[in-house]
Amino acid sequence: MSAPAPPRERSRDDLPHDEGAHAPLGELPDEDLSSMLTIRAFESALLDLFDRGMLNGTTHTCLGQEYVPVALEGLLAAGDHVFSNHRGHGHYLARHRDPEGLLAEIMGRRGAVCGGVGGSQHIRRDRYLSTGVQGESLPVACGVALHLKRTEPGALACVYVGDGTFGEGAVYEALNIASLWDLPLLVVVENNGIAQSTPLAANMAGSIAGRAAAFAVEHRLVDTVDVAAIRRGLDAAVRAVRQGRPLVVEFATHRLGPHSKGDDTRSAMDIAQARAADWYPRYAAADPERFARLDAVARAHIAAVTADVVARELS
Amino acid sequence: MRVAENLNAALHGLLEREPDLYVLGEDVMDPYGGAFKITRGLSDRFPGRVLSTPISENAITGVAAGLALAGDGAIVEMMFGDFAALAFDQLVNFAAKSVSMYGERVPMRMVLRCPVGGGRGYGPTHSQSLQKHFLGVPGLALYEASPFHDHAEVLAEMLQRAEPCVLFEDKVLYTRPMYEVEPPFALRAADGGGTAQVSLPGADPDCVVVAGGGVAHRVLEAMRSLLVEEEIVCTLLVPSRIYPVDLELPDVRQVFVVEEGTAGGTWGAEVAHVVHQRHWSRLDGPVTLVHSADSVVPTAAHLEREVLVSAADVHRTIREKLRG
Repeated sequence: MSAPAPPRERSRDDLPHDEGAHAPLGELPDEDLSSMLTIRAFESALLDLFDRGMLNGTTHTCLGQEYVPVALEGLLAAGDHVFSNHRGHGHYLARHRDPEGLLAEIMGRRGAVCGGVGGSQHIRRDRYLSTGVQGESLPVACGVALHLKRTEPGALACVYVGDGTFGEGAVYEALNIASLWDLPLLVVVENNGIAQSTPLAANMAGSIAGRAAAFAVEHRLVDTVDVAAIRRGLDAAVRAVRQGRPLVVEFATHRLGPHSKGDDTRSAMDIAQARAADWYPRYAAADPERFARLDAVARAHIAAVTADVVARELS
Repeated sequence: MRVAENLNAALHGLLEREPDLYVLGEDVMDPYGGAFKITRGLSDRFPGRVLSTPISENAITGVAAGLALAGDGAIVEMMFGDFAALAFDQLVNFAAKSVSMYGERVPMRMVLRCPVGGGRGYGPTHSQSLQKHFLGVPGLALYEASPFHDHAEVLAEMLQRAEPCVLFEDKVLYTRPMYEVEPPFALRAADGGGTAQVSLPGADPDCVVVAGGGVAHRVLEAMRSLLVEEEIVCTLLVPSRIYPVDLELPDVRQVFVVEEGTAGGTWGAEVAHVVHQRHWSRLDGPVTLVHSADSVVPTAAHLEREVLVSAADVHRTIREKLRG
């Protein structure tokens, strides 16, 4: 966690690294750790289903990034709106804890959240909505935030985007409007340093912090996987969002898996670096007995859900 | 009352009746009241719900979609319809798809108002008729402003559809009076998105001309000259909702479709397809399309005249078809 970074030229390698990689993790309730482990198990199960030729189309897993939405959920309220993107399974599961409905949606089976029409990238349930075009949800979230500001003051619209999303003009049109109109908009950037196959350094001049600063929007950089610390560090800024001070929170994070499936062109060293930053072994080392117990429960749950959904009739 | 005043009154009425309705657009607030003054007086009367925006057509349309998603209604003014190209993603990929892509019908009450058409010397990027670019999008209904439809009813119908709609407003209409048809022709106006009809009372028509509201006066001028010079009797049909196409045709053997859009992939082709499917057996031949040339819309008046469809084009095409 750090104060707003200065708007200067820098590549991802310059981002401050987690000083406390070996420092003790803050206390995390079972429920939150289970949520992270469930998302990990879900994404792993999806890749397995793909390998067995049982999934139609494509999917984008969030392996390595599971802690981001789980951390955020601790700061969000039921009345808040959440907008997600192509890599949204973790966002959905952290919000709704519904692996069954999500897998049914991805597989087009009975019980699908959106009848199998939307699939992995287009999901809507209550105040959660995802869509598959980069940056598209930011202006929409501004509209929802405008509605909330007038009718439900104190509620906010939270949008998950990636570092690659910052290539889209819609992002800047929306940041400008959110800042001008004092909208309760929270933009969560999962900066995993790579947009499909293109590294950040080849995609982005300047920085995300600099781009937020250009619109007089607050920026926070999060460079830890410690969920309790993340929540503590962001609490005040998220409360300010509710009063109409838009915020960009940039997570320096890592994508463990490929962009979609079998399309990882990263070097072995890059992948090794991503694995070294993974939250999973750190939380495992912090409390091995509890971790193993909760992980076994999560895996068994997802295995049971998978067996159930695979056997269902079409949606 | 002129068409611009009718549109303005319609917006006043809707904002008054619907407390959750917003109007968004560039320079729409008072005292400016929009580039064509259609939003005049709204922001003074309904502060907080009529908002001038940055020059961000894509985001404005997205904001409208967000309002609609949250249960509000939203009307967006594109300063010039040409700029709707910048909003294509939000309108087509998000707003229209949202109606059905989440597995259950999601009501989306939003309207994009697009001033279109040439004849005013604004040049290639401010004079297009963009109707054809928005045809055939699931969940997107298209309407065209007309001097024969009350836009209070039209806009109310568009919002009631609970799916995104585009209202194309031919700029030359703004200064035209409402409901004006000179004798011997008579107008039968229509409700909401229905079809208005202008015909010669007591006479069986030789042909039907289907036209959007923007070219209705050009067709009426041709109908008059065809009657006087050729004794050809035409009936004009002006639908308010232009897509999906739904037309009831009188029993005629010749049908023409007139629009200002340029050649290629036209609205008329879509109308012709529907007419052929429904009425092929009774027609003398295919529906005849009358439209502007395959060209950008030039700025200089003499060049613009060469490109845009005119009353003379309509007269010549109908005479040649019926008289050989």
